[in-house]
Amino acid sequence: MNFRDLVQSASSSMFRSKARTLLTIIAILIGAMTITLTNGIGTGIKSYLNKQLGNLGATNVLTINLTNKNSSGPKSSNSPPAKYNPNHKTALIGGRGPGKKQLLMTNKDLSTIKAIPNITSAVAVHTLSPDYIMSSNGNKYQLTLMQQFGSTTAGMLSGNGVNNNNPNNQITVPSTYPASLGYNSNSIIGKTVEIGITDALGQQKTVNATVTGVQQKNLIGNATAFANTALGNQLYALQSKGLPTSIANEFTTIEATFPSNFTAKQITALQNQLTKKGYTGQTVKNQENTIFTAINVIIIVFDMFGVIALLAASFGIVNTLLMSVQERTKEIGLMKALGMSPRRIFALFSIEAMLIGFLGSVIGVIFAAIIGKIINTIGAHTFVKNFPGLSLLTFPVSTILIVIIGIMFIAFLAGTLPAIRASKKDPIEALRYE
Amino acid sequence: MDTNNVIVAKHITKIYGKGEAAFDALEDINLSITAGESVAVIGKSGSGKSTLMHLLALLDKPTKGTVLINNKDATTMKGTELDELRNKSYGFVFQQFFLNANDTVLNNVILPLKIARVGRKERNQRGMNALESVELTNKAKDKAGNLSGGQKQRVCIARALINNPSIIFADEPTGNLDSHTGKTVEDLLFKLNKEKNITLIIVTHDPDIAKRCDRQIHIQDGKISKWSNV
Ligand SMILES: Nc1ncnc2c1ncn2[C@@H]1O[C@H](COP(=O)(O)OP(=O)(O)O)[C@@H](O)[C@H]1O
Ligand SMILES: [Mg+2]
Repeated sequence: MNFRDLVQSASSSMFRSKARTLLTIIAILIGAMTITLTNGIGTGIKSYLNKQLGNLGATNVLTINLTNKNSSGPKSSNSPPAKYNPNHKTALIGGRGPGKKQLLMTNKDLSTIKAIPNITSAVAVHTLSPDYIMSSNGNKYQLTLMQQFGSTTAGMLSGNGVNNNNPNNQITVPSTYPASLGYNSNSIIGKTVEIGITDALGQQKTVNATVTGVQQKNLIGNATAFANTALGNQLYALQSKGLPTSIANEFTTIEATFPSNFTAKQITALQNQLTKKGYTGQTVKNQENTIFTAINVIIIVFDMFGVIALLAASFGIVNTLLMSVQERTKEIGLMKALGMSPRRIFALFSIEAMLIGFLGSVIGVIFAAIIGKIINTIGAHTFVKNFPGLSLLTFPVSTILIVIIGIMFIAFLAGTLPAIRASKKDPIEALRYE
Repeated sequence: MDTNNVIVAKHITKIYGKGEAAFDALEDINLSITAGESVAVIGKSGSGKSTLMHLLALLDKPTKGTVLINNKDATTMKGTELDELRNKSYGFVFQQFFLNANDTVLNNVILPLKIARVGRKERNQRGMNALESVELTNKAKDKAGNLSGGQKQRVCIARALINNPSIIFADEPTGNLDSHTGKTVEDLLFKLNKEKNITLIIVTHDPDIAKRCDRQIHIQDGKISKWSNV
């Protein structure tokens, strides 16, 4: 029998006992659907985060902290508390949960990092606490402001990112601000805004800045405005006025840039250099990978459910085919008597197993796609409304092919036992009539 | 040795089972069959007729002794060689038909050609020709399960002759048929023997069929009790 005849014979045998085949196919379908859906969610979230993190900042920036050997804080760890080191003060950072002790750095650290080869620039990150932003219409609004590091043009709704080399004060604002400030996202470009800030002595001062761009809505940095170096420095100088110099010159984080054409290998080498000197340097990519690892773990857990369904389905395939072999004993015997080789008999039943796997997985993938489409449509209007561009479920062709081929392979493995049994049937025994 | 011998059996013995349970189904059988001959194998039920036919048809291997096919020792042939030989040179007709009831008559007939990987068009053409010689072309598209017993056996004969075999083995081909339809099947087999010079080996209980054969082999308790020619 040639391949086409084998497939035809296998499929007609498969449809001979419809109920039995259907039950096996349903089990495979559930497994295939589960795996496709969980991976679809994983891929969707990952590609969304990829876009968002791309908007967050330049890829040639390292966020540098002093490495704290016992950074998890006393509550969340069983290890004894870290020894007090008079050379390093600490600050409690982080929002929810047990706080994280972060070592404070000074200008000495800044010079150390600046001296490292391939670090093109390094700046201390000071927390800016402006009181308000105000435009020509006179209304004041609250403002969260961060200094912009590296160069970025990504994620702008209109205009451009701030220029750190420009000596004039520049700012970009989130997409919700232009309307409140009395403009639209295009007309606000080039306009001057006033920023109010209070110093340590309780005196409020104002600084002017030019709006160079409006940021696109995104998942993480949506409410934060960005200042260029000139604006950031001026605001920090004002806000720390009256503070003892030792406190004014303390910070937890340094942002450093490196050449933007650096390869992953070169970046790792640079990070190793930082580690040797007692610092931890992370790129946006590193932070992204940490999140992705967590997502992958969750996906694998959900995939387990699919795998369990497939395991049950495998026994279904073994059972279905063993019954098929039993029922077709005489047919197998006849085919062998008429000169069909054991290898082809084996192929015949293996193909039947793979056909069951193919049908189950294809229907499962189609179901998953339909469910995905429905969830995406509903989600776009409800629970992911505030995340523009988030397709909760995405099904790349490669994933779908891997699921189908993988399940067909599992089906093939499940089919080997019945197929071997069929190929070993003795034609005489099969044809004997008593 | 007569070079016209298509099948020669030398001292073949078939023992089923082992030790205490061992059962000698055939003991020291010697025979030779020439091309174009018709031979009947007769004897009581359980005497070993089918066993002998299976050995001669290379469906089974003798415990002792050799079977020569066209003067070639079949007991040393590889599985693929035996498969090829059965597929290309032998035709089989069984008492219980062994048709796939759910498949069409034509598909049942062309099964040996499917196994031999003959192209679709050619095998259908040859299938129709084979059905023509058993006068069943009008049933080609019917389900095999819907035919009468006599028609089924004619389909089996069409299947047996589709590969232009040199030998047809028939194990009680009329055993399940009434005397009238049995006669049609019988006539068909002898017509093939005469017109196409196909060697015919028939296991039968029917004295009429036995008489029409050139020679008869009488089997009793696994031994040849006598030869006869009528
Ligand atoms: N696989 C087997 N195992 C044990 N005994 C068998 C087997 N096949 C056949 N026999 C025995 O061998 C004898 C001959 O069987 P068989 O050739 O089918 O007889 P016949 O066709 O003449 O009726 C019978 O007694 C039968 O029970
Ligand atoms: Mg018999």
